[in-house]
Amino acid sequence: MSVNPEQRTGLVPRWARWIAVTSIVVFVLVPIGTLVIWSFAFRWNFPNILPTEWGLRAWSYTASDSSRVIEGLWNSTRLALVVTLMAIIVGLPASRALGQHEFRGKTTVEWLLMMPIIVPALVATMGIHQIFIRLRLTETLFGVALVHLIPAIPYFVLVMASVFANYGTALEDTARSLGANRYKVFRYVTFPAISSGLLVASMFTFLISWGQYVTTLLIGGGTFVTLPLVLFPFLSGGNNSTAAAISLVFVAPAIVVLVMTSRQLSRDSALMGGFGKL
Amino acid sequence: MTDAPMTVRRIRNGLKIPLMLAPALGLVVLLFGGGILVGLGQSLGYFPAIGLTDFTFENYTTVLTDRNFLMSLWLTFRIAFITTVLSSVFAIAFTLVLREKFAGSKITTFLFQVPLPVPHLVAASGIILLITQSGLIARIATAAGLMETPADFPALVFDKGGVAIILSFLWKEIPFVGLVVLAILQSVGPQYEEQARTLGANARQRFRYVLLPLIMPGVMSTSIIVFAFTFANYEIPLLLGVRFPSTLPVVAFRQYQDPDLALRPQAMAISIVLAVVAMLLLIAYRRLAKAAVK
Repeated sequence: MSVNPEQRTGLVPRWARWIAVTSIVVFVLVPIGTLVIWSFAFRWNFPNILPTEWGLRAWSYTASDSSRVIEGLWNSTRLALVVTLMAIIVGLPASRALGQHEFRGKTTVEWLLMMPIIVPALVATMGIHQIFIRLRLTETLFGVALVHLIPAIPYFVLVMASVFANYGTALEDTARSLGANRYKVFRYVTFPAISSGLLVASMFTFLISWGQYVTTLLIGGGTFVTLPLVLFPFLSGGNNSTAAAISLVFVAPAIVVLVMTSRQLSRDSALMGGFGKL
Repeated sequence: MTDAPMTVRRIRNGLKIPLMLAPALGLVVLLFGGGILVGLGQSLGYFPAIGLTDFTFENYTTVLTDRNFLMSLWLTFRIAFITTVLSSVFAIAFTLVLREKFAGSKITTFLFQVPLPVPHLVAASGIILLITQSGLIARIATAAGLMETPADFPALVFDKGGVAIILSFLWKEIPFVGLVVLAILQSVGPQYEEQARTLGANARQRFRYVLLPLIMPGVMSTSIIVFAFTFANYEIPLLLGVRFPSTLPVVAFRQYQDPDLALRPQAMAISIVLAVVAMLLLIAYRRLAKAAVK
């Protein structure tokens, strides 16, 4: 680039930039830092700014069977994996149709798919609960996964349609005209082009399932326990150290996802841009 | 080429798109639509499990004439509205800074993204530890000599204004809106602003007449998602709000889980009203926003 970036955009004065950067750092890091300190606090009474005694009690309790954290971690993980896999299987063809093809009724299809993000899903979840009782799907992993798919599919399709639209069909047409069959076109042209977008979309689908609370509570009936269900009583019960430690376990995959995707999130405009085209 | 294969091919091509859409659309329509139908039926008096089969509007009249319901509706709306407006404003402000290159801009952009994948309950957890009356901020204020006992600190959690609820939402939603705006600015590029500058537009004019029209459609769509999400969220108001008045999702869920099954149709009516109000508000918003952009 020949344009000097400092000179290119003079919209924000230096002092405003300083305030913005400071508030981002404080706003993001202070709550997370407080969680980390609390999880290692043994005694931390008001008005001490730091714990007066440190310890691993909260962490050893978190690792023990009685906290049910391990059980919740296992259930949350396999549940989110199932949801992600199902979202890819049913969502990928639809994203491609919406991203690369023009057809009659496209706007209607888009609106129908986006309904679960726009219309509060509470009534649907309650209705499904009663259907699932009859189908014996409550308190099962599969039943909970189906309900998690309701918010997961719209987000997945929104992001992937944008990825498909961004890369177009020209390369595939070329490959086909050079004699590549369907499998080869997908394996050597389509897949490499969408793979990084697919990875990000999949990870965010994983996190949608990972963060669900009320749907799991209702359909899981309290017997299928995921990590947020384990965490909630500690948050409202006021045991700060344990709540902080479990919160940090709960946030771990999010940090992994962030480290893996942050460069793409800010670089590839197709990924987040999809949300701006609703 | 004969007629028959042509027809076959045309049918095959005609079916291609519907077949691609069917799995996703089918699941969403069947589950979401089916659930809504059952809920709608129950709210209108069809609940064979407890022997109700007669059509009635009674649940709606009971709910809509209840003062507590109206208080909850107002609280729910207020929280969602404030969150949506503040997250859009702050997101635009931060984006104007983050799109520039400066020492530390990369790490700041990374930090800005951190809340995006973090679960809402964790955000709430961090906010609680900060702003309760014995939280970290109160402790720092005490050390600075601004206050003496926890009671001197304003009640921000379990308060009627919902400050903690709004803060937890903002922590998550500002980066969400911000990253969408950054993506838009990136795909647009700097050429329009360059032109405006060449034509003599100052910073304020470039923001008002070049940047804002470019990003507004994106901000609009994202704010619809943010509003719908905060309007319908259950666990954050349950965790950080007062017991009365609660937000509508909390009230509806409490009634639904009541051992008295006769309350379920009312819970359904509340949820249906919640959904309808959300839809009406969003349609009105789209109309207004489109008119404003034109």
